Amino acid sequence: MTTQLHTLQQRVRTSAAQELLEQLRTPRGWRMLLLRLRAFVALIAITIVFSVISSPFFTGSNLRVMTEHVAIIAIMAIGETFVILSAGIDLSVGSVAGLSGMIAGGLLNDGLVLHPLGVVVWFNVPLVILIGLGIGAGCGAINGAIITKLGVAPFIATLGMLSVARGFADLRNNGATFPNLAGDPAHHNTGFDFLGTGNVLHVPFTIVLLVIFLVVAVYIAKRTAFGRRVYAIGGNERAAELAGIRVNRIKVGVYVISGICAAMTGLLITSQLNAAFPDTATSYELNAIAAVVLGGTSLFGGRGTIGGTVIGAFVIGFLSDGLVLVGVSEFWQMVAKGSVIVAAVALDEAQRRRQSRVSAAAASVIEEVVSSEKSTG
Amino acid sequence: MSASRDGADVVLRAEGVSKVFGGTVALNGVDFNIYRGKVNALVGENGAGKSTLMGILAGVHEPTTGRILLGGEEIRIGSPREAGAYGIRLIHQELLLFPNLSVAENIFAGSELQSPVGVRLREQEAEAAKLLERLGQRVDPRALLGDLPVGAQQMVAICKALSQRVRVLIMDEPTSALSTREVASLFEVIRGLVADGVSVVYISRRLEEILEISDFVTVLRDGKLVAEAPTAEIDTHWIVEQMIGHDPDALFPYEPRPVGRPLLEAEDLTLPRPGGGLWLDRVSLTVRAGEIVGVYGLMGAGRTELLQTLIGERPEAVGRVRVDGASVDGQSIGGRIAHGLFLVPEDRQREGLVQALSVKQNVSLASLDGFGTIAGLSLRREASEVGEVVRDVGVKVPDIDFEVTSLSGGNQQKVVVAKALLTDPKVLLMDDPMRGIDVGAKTELYRIMKRLAAGGLAILFTTSDLMEVLGMADRILVMARGRITRELTRDEATSEALVAASNPHAVEAVAG
Repeated sequence: MTTQLHTLQQRVRTSAAQELLEQLRTPRGWRMLLLRLRAFVALIAITIVFSVISSPFFTGSNLRVMTEHVAIIAIMAIGETFVILSAGIDLSVGSVAGLSGMIAGGLLNDGLVLHPLGVVVWFNVPLVILIGLGIGAGCGAINGAIITKLGVAPFIATLGMLSVARGFADLRNNGATFPNLAGDPAHHNTGFDFLGTGNVLHVPFTIVLLVIFLVVAVYIAKRTAFGRRVYAIGGNERAAELAGIRVNRIKVGVYVISGICAAMTGLLITSQLNAAFPDTATSYELNAIAAVVLGGTSLFGGRGTIGGTVIGAFVIGFLSDGLVLVGVSEFWQMVAKGSVIVAAVALDEAQRRRQSRVSAAAASVIEEVVSSEKSTG
Repeated sequence: MSASRDGADVVLRAEGVSKVFGGTVALNGVDFNIYRGKVNALVGENGAGKSTLMGILAGVHEPTTGRILLGGEEIRIGSPREAGAYGIRLIHQELLLFPNLSVAENIFAGSELQSPVGVRLREQEAEAAKLLERLGQRVDPRALLGDLPVGAQQMVAICKALSQRVRVLIMDEPTSALSTREVASLFEVIRGLVADGVSVVYISRRLEEILEISDFVTVLRDGKLVAEAPTAEIDTHWIVEQMIGHDPDALFPYEPRPVGRPLLEAEDLTLPRPGGGLWLDRVSLTVRAGEIVGVYGLMGAGRTELLQTLIGERPEAVGRVRVDGASVDGQSIGGRIAHGLFLVPEDRQREGLVQALSVKQNVSLASLDGFGTIAGLSLRREASEVGEVVRDVGVKVPDIDFEVTSLSGGNQQKVVVAKALLTDPKVLLMDDPMRGIDVGAKTELYRIMKRLAAGGLAILFTTSDLMEVLGMADRILVMARGRITRELTRDEATSEALVAASNPHAVEAVAG
C-alpha cells in the first residue's frame, strides 16, 4: 500500500516537475503564450470570417481605413491599460476625449476671448494640441487626486468625471458644434486637419501616432521604474507601499497618462471630422476597456501588456467595421461588443485559476527539482 | 490497531487515508483515531497535513485512497453538509461567521428555523439563549456578532456547531486569538462537552494547552502519522521532537557574535489605538550592530504595531527613531528604507510579495531607483544583482524569471529577505519571520539571520513562539499591552519568565 503510493507519488512528481518547469518560465511557457495570444487568434479569426463573407474587407484601402479607426481606440486603450494595471478603472476617457476636442475646436474656431479686455488670443495648431492634451492631463490629475486624497473608489470618481467632463463639453458651446476648424492663415492656425487626415510617406499620420504611442507606452511599462511600480501596485498595493513606493504619486500618474491618451483620441476624431461635436467619443470607454481586457490585462491589476491592448483594439475595430461592412445594424454591434467584453473577462478568470493551480502544484516540486539539478549538474 | 485504547473506544477512524493535490502528496497513509468522549489533540508543523486530514473528516476534501469508519462502519463524506448529518462539525480557525449579523442569526445561518412566512426570529433567539447558557456564556443573542470580543465569537461558533446533533467536534486552532482568561473559559466548555459524550478534535500549536486539555495526542509530519500517545505519558519535548523529527535543541544552533554600535534607537514610541487606548505605550529600545533581538508577546501585545511604527507606516505615532545615529522622524517608508531600515512583514502573501511579478521583479522592487539610467531601467544590471542576492540567501529557484507564487513558504520568505538585502539595510525588522515555513527552512533562515548579523546588521524580530525566541534571540524584549514589560539576556531567559512577563494582566503590576 505504502510502496504503491510511493511509486505513484514519484511518478506524479517527476512528470509533473518537467511539465511545470516548462510552464513556469513565465515569458516562454507555450501554454501561457497561447493564452496570451488569444486576442491575436481572435483577430485572425475575425479577419478570415469577414474576408470570406465580404470581399471588400481584405483590401488595402479598407485595411488602411480600419487601422485608422483602430488607432483611435488603441491610443485611448493604451492609457486605460496603465490604469487597469494599477488595479483601477477610468470610465471618464470618452468624456475627456469629447471635452478636449471641444476645447481645441473652440480655440481654432473662435480663439480665446478675454472678455474684460475685449481681446481675442489665437494659438497656433501645435499649441492648441498641447492645450487639448493638457485638458486631458488635468482631468486625469483631478481623477487621481480624488481617488488618492479623498479615498473615493476609482469607479465612482471616474464615473463622476464621465458626467462632469461631458457636461463641460456641452457647456463650451451650449451644446452646439464648432463646425469650422480649418483655421485662418491670418491667425497662423491652419493645418489641424493633418492630425486626422494627413500622411507621412504615404502612411496616415493617425497610424504614425499610434506607433509612437505604442513605443513610448511599452518603454514606460517595461523599462522605467514608474512602469514597474504600476505593476507592483496593481499586484499588491500593500507590498508596494512597504517597499517604499509612493503609491499615491504613481496612481495620480496613471490617471494623468490615461487623460492624455483620451485627449489625443478626442483631438484625432475632431481633426478627422474637421468639426468639434460635444458628444464626440460618447461611450468610448467601453471600447477602451474592451480592448484592454481582450488584450489580456487583468481587471484585478498587475498583469497585462500594452501590446496585448493594441491587439485587443484591432479586434474591436475590425469587428465593428466588419459588421458595418456586412450590413449588421449598429444595435447588433453593441450586443456583439458587450458580449465580447464579458467573454474576454471570463477567459481571463479561467487563465488566472489555471495559473494559480499550476503555481501551487509547482511550489512542492520545484525545490526537489532544483536540488536534483544542482546535484547532477 | 485496536478499536479501543485505555478503555476508550474509537468513534471515528480514518484508515490508510491519503490525499494527493496535483503533484503534492498532502497525506500519506494516515490512520487517525478519534476516541469517544475524549479530547483528541492533533499537532504538526504547517504543511504537515492537519488541515487536509480535518478537511477530509469534515467533507471538504475526498481522500484519494483510504476509508473513513464511523462507529466501525464505513461511510462516505461527500460534502460538509453530509459530514453534518453524521454529526461531524468543524469550527474553522477564522470562525467563518458574519460580523454584520446578530448572534442568533449567526448560530442559525444556513439552518434557519423557518415558518411559511419567513424566519422565526423569536424562536431562534430563544434557542440561541439556551445554547449560550449551556456554555455558561452571558451574551445577548440579539447583539451584533462584530461587536463581541473574539473569545465570545468563538463561543458563538461552538453554539452554532451545537445547534445541531454533534458527535465529533473539530476545533482548528481555537485559541490563537484568545486571551488567557478566554482560553480558561473555553477549556471549561470543552470539558463540559466531553462530559456530555461529545468527542473533540483539538488542533493547536500551543503545546502547553495541549498537555492541559487533551487525552490523546496524535502527531503528523510531512503528511504521515508519526506518533500517537495518551497525553499522560508524554511531555512538550516529546511532542516537539515528533513534530520536527529531531532534537528541538538543534533547531537553532546558537553561537555568540561580537556586538557593535547602536544602529536602531527608539525612544518613547507611543501609538494611539483607534477607539481609545494605546497600541504602543512609551516603548524605547536599542538594537546594536551584530545583535539579533527578539520581541516576544501574545496576540494584541503590540509587536506588529511596533515594527510598523519603526518603518514609518503609522504616521500618527509619536516618539523618536534614529537609524545609525540619524533621525528618521517624519520620514516616509521610502525615506526610512534609504536610511537603512527595512521591514520583512508578517504576512508574506498579503504584504511581502507581489504575486503577479516574477522572483526577480519582487526582489528588485524596493531598489528600482538604483537601476535607473538615462535610457530607463538597466534590466541587465537588475538581473545580475538580483541573481547575486538570490544565490546569496539561497532561494531555491531554477530561474529568477519564475513566478513568485511557484515557491514554497520558506522560499518565498527568502525572496522577501533578498528584497530587503538589495536595499543595503543596516537594520532588518522581521515580523514573525518563521510563520508558516517548515522546519528545514526555519533552520536555514536562522542561519541567514546569523550570517547577516555577523556581517554587522542589526536584526529586530517578533514572535509569539517561545521556542523561537529562546532559540534565536541574543536579547529578548517581552511585550504586553503595548509596553515592554521585561528585558532579558539570552542567559537570563526562561520560558517561565517570558510567559509571566507577557501576561496582559500583569502589566498593571509592572507599571504600578
